[in-house]
Amino acid sequence: MRISMARTLQIVVTILTCAFLLVPTLQSVLAGVTVNYFRGLSSGLTFQWISQVWDLYMDSIFLSIWLAITCLVCTLLIGVPAAYGLARRPGWASRVLEEFVSLPLAVPGLALALALLQLYGSMRGFRTSWTFILAGHVLYTLPFMIRSVLAVLSSMDLKTLEEGAASLGASPWQRFRDVVIPNAMPGILAGSLTVVTLSIGEFNLTWMLHTPYLKTLPVGLADSYASMRLEIASAYTLVFFIIIVPLLMAMQWASQRAQRIGK
Amino acid sequence: MTLTLRSGSKTYPDGTVALTPTDLHVKPGEIISLLGPPGCGKTTLLRLVAGLERPDKGSEIWFGEDNVTHLPVEKRKVGMVFQSYALFPNMSVRRNIGYGLKMQKLPVEEIDRRVAEVLALCQLEPYADRSVTALSGGQRQRVALARAFAPRPRILLLDEPLSALDAALRDRLRDELAGLLRTFGITAIFVTHDQDEAMAIADRVVVMSHGRIVQTGTPEELYRNPNSPFVASFVGQAMEIDGRIEGNRLVTPAGETLCLPRSGIGSTVFVRAEDVRITDDGPLSARVESVTFLGTHYRVGLAGIASRTIFALYAGKSAPAVASTVRITIDPATLMLLSAKDEMK
Ligand SMILES: Nc1ncnc2c1ncn2[C@@H]1O[C@H](COP(=O)(O)OP(=O)(O)OP(=O)(O)O)[C@@H](O)[C@H]1O
Ligand SMILES: [Mg+2]
Repeated sequence: MRISMARTLQIVVTILTCAFLLVPTLQSVLAGVTVNYFRGLSSGLTFQWISQVWDLYMDSIFLSIWLAITCLVCTLLIGVPAAYGLARRPGWASRVLEEFVSLPLAVPGLALALALLQLYGSMRGFRTSWTFILAGHVLYTLPFMIRSVLAVLSSMDLKTLEEGAASLGASPWQRFRDVVIPNAMPGILAGSLTVVTLSIGEFNLTWMLHTPYLKTLPVGLADSYASMRLEIASAYTLVFFIIIVPLLMAMQWASQRAQRIGK
Repeated sequence: MTLTLRSGSKTYPDGTVALTPTDLHVKPGEIISLLGPPGCGKTTLLRLVAGLERPDKGSEIWFGEDNVTHLPVEKRKVGMVFQSYALFPNMSVRRNIGYGLKMQKLPVEEIDRRVAEVLALCQLEPYADRSVTALSGGQRQRVALARAFAPRPRILLLDEPLSALDAALRDRLRDELAGLLRTFGITAIFVTHDQDEAMAIADRVVVMSHGRIVQTGTPEELYRNPNSPFVASFVGQAMEIDGRIEGNRLVTPAGETLCLPRSGIGSTVFVRAEDVRITDDGPLSARVESVTFLGTHYRVGLAGIASRTIFALYAGKSAPAVASTVRITIDPATLMLLSAKDEMK
């Protein structure tokens, strides 16, 4: 069997692209577990850098996870009812509102952070608490949740489904719980994973909002790059991967599942 | 339960008057059909009764002794079958049917028992645990009916329940639906724009046009005694014979004379296809324009009687040839003299 020219080219390009992405990553990961990066692998493998990262930045890791969870709760509480409201009343007002809510997507995180600082910077208690960063994250991730849920809700005949439930005696809350939420689940799931991943990885905005006592994972990463030896920074990257990769995989899985249900 | 609608009317926010003040009375156990052309307000009337639409001021809706005008839909205890069925895709057939019972907070055993009962009645047992997305159109239609009926509503409201099905299936399900509704013995209102459907299912047909009820009656009454040209042509496709009316006679556009049952001054004359007879010695002559074979009979299009084509149903063994001339007899007793004044709105 002969492989055609085009196909060979395809494979080569694919491999090269993968290598381009993977080699630096692997190098960085390796650096995180070698005793001395400048002497290379011959210096031996070690977990000491990882444990040092853990000691130095444990707080950042927990803060990031905590932020991601609370951010998810907030976007769920605000985003799902908001998407529901938008889906129930289609029209120009809803479109305008949707675009408005989506603005943080277009505005750079820095500008958003600046606006937050100008507005709330003088409120010391708020400014120095983790909830300040949370506010930024919620602002930034909310459109993803709303859009994801809205897409699913608009693809079904929500009004008639609800009328059906109402005619069977369901109160507005029961309709929301029994019909709207379960049918919006694929969108909620996909939205949730996007929100968590974005929140954990967010740097721009968080870097502007953070205080020395409140460093998230990516901010800590920048900090370690700037001030620690290379092995520690690399070990940090490794830790970051361990946290973010399973999330990304779960996200992929969920969105595939959502597509299957949508059919 | 008796349903009484007193001057029920509906104006949509954009100013569309979908229903002008209308009175309707439905006796317990009666099956009523709302029949009319698209956009005449059938769905609006049904939704007013269901409580899915808020009526204009001055409207009153009574369920028996209860004034339900201001009751929201979830408190009215109505069963609703939607055109699109609106089955919950997140629930199995069984849970769809049980949903209304669950909302009534019945004990689980009671729910299971009654769902099983309805499943058997609607012959849905083999599909009970399937997802509703894995059903055929006809099966979905039955699930929708079963779901609406299971909580024992005071009235069953069906909005074109058969229109989402293809023609062949529709004919079969029409009789099935008629049978089920009789078995339920429930008061029901049934919207359709198909007169055969209305005739087959309803005890009484309400014909609507432009947001008004034009005539109410049993299928036979509407067919035999339509009160307006609109009802005559909508129910049973009566055809107009135009021409000059001179007392008891009508002079057709071709100059031939047709006897009328009474003085026809100020009326329009209508005839149905089965009353136009092709005979050898008829007083009218016509030219055969088209012949369609319909199995039990032929449908023959005739020119020369009125300005428009008049159709005749012909039961003979072989039809007259196209373009040939035939003689026509119309019994004066079968002619319908209708005043066009009722049409004015
Ligand atoms: N939500 C609405 N807003 C504005 N106008 C409406 C609305 N719903 C219906 N209408 C108008 O009211 C009139 C009656 O509508 P309705 O749906 O009751 O008709 P219908 O007899 O059920 O017609 P069809 O056989 O096509 O279903 C129509 O002219 C329609 O355009
Ligand atoms: Mg309608």
